[in-house]
Amino acid sequence: MKKRALSAVLSILVLLPVIAMSGCGGNSVVLNVYNWGEYIASGVTDQFEKETGIKVNYTTYDSNESLYSKISSGAASYDVIIPSDYMISRMIEEGMLAELDFGNIPNYDMIGDKYKSLEYDPENKYSVPYTWGNTVIIYNSAKVDAADVAEQSINLLWNEKYSGQILMFDNPRDAFGLALKKLGFSMNSTNQAEWEAAAEELKRQKPLVQAYVMDQIFDKMSSGEALIAPYYAGDVLAMQENNPDIKCYIPKEGANMFVDAMCVLKTSTKKAEAEKFINFMCSTEIALKTAEELGYATPQTEAKALLDPSITSVSFIYPPDEVLANTEVFFKLPAEINKLQSDLWTEIKKD
Amino acid sequence: MNKNGFGKKLVTAPYTLWMVIFVVVPIALVIYYAFTDADGGFTFENMTYIFEYGKTFLVSIELALISTAICLVMAYPVAYGISRFEARRQQTMIMLVMLPMWMNFLIRTYAWMTILEGNGLINRALRYFGSDGFGMINTEGAVVLGMVYNFLPYMILPIYTVLTKIDVSTIEAAKDLGAGRRNVFRRVLLPMSVPGIISGITMVFVPAVSTFVISKLLGGGKTFLIGDIIENYFLGNTGMINYNIGASLSLVLMVLILISMTVMNHFDKDAGEGEGVLVG
Repeated sequence: MKKRALSAVLSILVLLPVIAMSGCGGNSVVLNVYNWGEYIASGVTDQFEKETGIKVNYTTYDSNESLYSKISSGAASYDVIIPSDYMISRMIEEGMLAELDFGNIPNYDMIGDKYKSLEYDPENKYSVPYTWGNTVIIYNSAKVDAADVAEQSINLLWNEKYSGQILMFDNPRDAFGLALKKLGFSMNSTNQAEWEAAAEELKRQKPLVQAYVMDQIFDKMSSGEALIAPYYAGDVLAMQENNPDIKCYIPKEGANMFVDAMCVLKTSTKKAEAEKFINFMCSTEIALKTAEELGYATPQTEAKALLDPSITSVSFIYPPDEVLANTEVFFKLPAEINKLQSDLWTEIKKD
Repeated sequence: MNKNGFGKKLVTAPYTLWMVIFVVVPIALVIYYAFTDADGGFTFENMTYIFEYGKTFLVSIELALISTAICLVMAYPVAYGISRFEARRQQTMIMLVMLPMWMNFLIRTYAWMTILEGNGLINRALRYFGSDGFGMINTEGAVVLGMVYNFLPYMILPIYTVLTKIDVSTIEAAKDLGAGRRNVFRRVLLPMSVPGIISGITMVFVPAVSTFVISKLLGGGKTFLIGDIIENYFLGNTGMINYNIGASLSLVLMVLILISMTVMNHFDKDAGEGEGVLVG
């Protein structure tokens, strides 16, 4: 018994310095960056570390909602985050974001005016646009009849002919957005009856849906497992690389336009370094690299000018103005509509 | 003796501390959230959500029970077979059982997705031989398969452990007394392996009833289990975070599991063997 007690004490003594040391990794500052999965060009963080000596601890999330829950629970501390428009306005309202010091972000001047003063951050105090894009309807042109896509409508997702071959968004905001647009309502509707009608549409669609997925759409569409899916335009290029039959269109009823922007959390103790990182991401070199690798549209004007015309001419990535006019940016929903959306979505999924 | 008592305390102190921090405190938190509202006031309202999700509870329990039963039927012969080999080969066999567990659980489940898909491995092979193939992915069947595959080792190991402890001479004695193969199994082996079966059932049923990853990946988000609902309430995947409702559903699930474990332990005592049980 005594021996064991001794060994226990000894092992604790041996471990102590290890535990104590893991707290401080040298002198350099560590910046915690929290971004969407597959949403940064390769080697960017390494280059930033090399140029500034600031270490980057890079982690990813897969939805605005999980980002929000991680931060609001206080379980983790991040410095730079890259949420989408409606989540930014929610976080501003709840006092989670820090006002940026644009003196540290001179490259902000190169962000196009079109992407400034948007509804989610009307005074441009809290966010710096990273990428933007819109949702599209993706289809496999080898298997889906040309006649069915001629209409360029959201209704393709409800076409019974392709029962079991249709994928759907596994997040309520995007799924309801499509259903609301299908019925001719606004994606930001605050009318309960319209939301309930949209829920009926989604329930009607459920038997036709092969699976509710997010990132798995890449695999399932590329391999031909599914034929029709809604998703974000920037990701279509990646799917086309694996399967040239993949095509897409921006539905005539309208689509969601989103802006993902970089913000600094109020709890961050490394605000200056965080701003340095944001500035770095906005530099022409990095913005160009980002636009080339990610496929999402860049709001950085110089980078866009330098982009290969074969990219900027893709109409679903950089849509013409008249198409853009038909898109809607998500607003933050009022609390009671948000709850209704949550309840309706659970109802759709569980039955 | 006194000295020993102090030594014992010293040795167990880290474990006690560990248990308090990682078991007692979290359970206390779950109970606290389950009975309070957003402002921290006492309420029973969260409990009413159990009725709203009654059907989901039943589906989860049903699928978990089916998986557990399949695991038991598959695991027992395997465990018995392994336990009859010579010691060194037993080690190799057990290694093989554990081998898949060296890989990440998520990756293994993803692999099943590509195996079962309409254009997956099995279907491509079937089509090659002229069959129409089958559609198992995104069904409850696929979810059960995922559970059985992932949790089978947890059934094999405890049963195997109990079986290796059974003295061969016990079986020989039964045979000498005129018992046929069937009777040896029914009246000697089976009763003596009950503790292993019980821990196996618990170790499979508990994770199966609360899983949410398997249903999401193999069920295509269409088979909605209670684990998915709890996850949604905590992560806010549906746009609403509510720890209180999530905690109350977790609490109900915990109580259900505790009740079933108590019932199982009761069976165990009836069998008169209390060795090597992991329940508790």
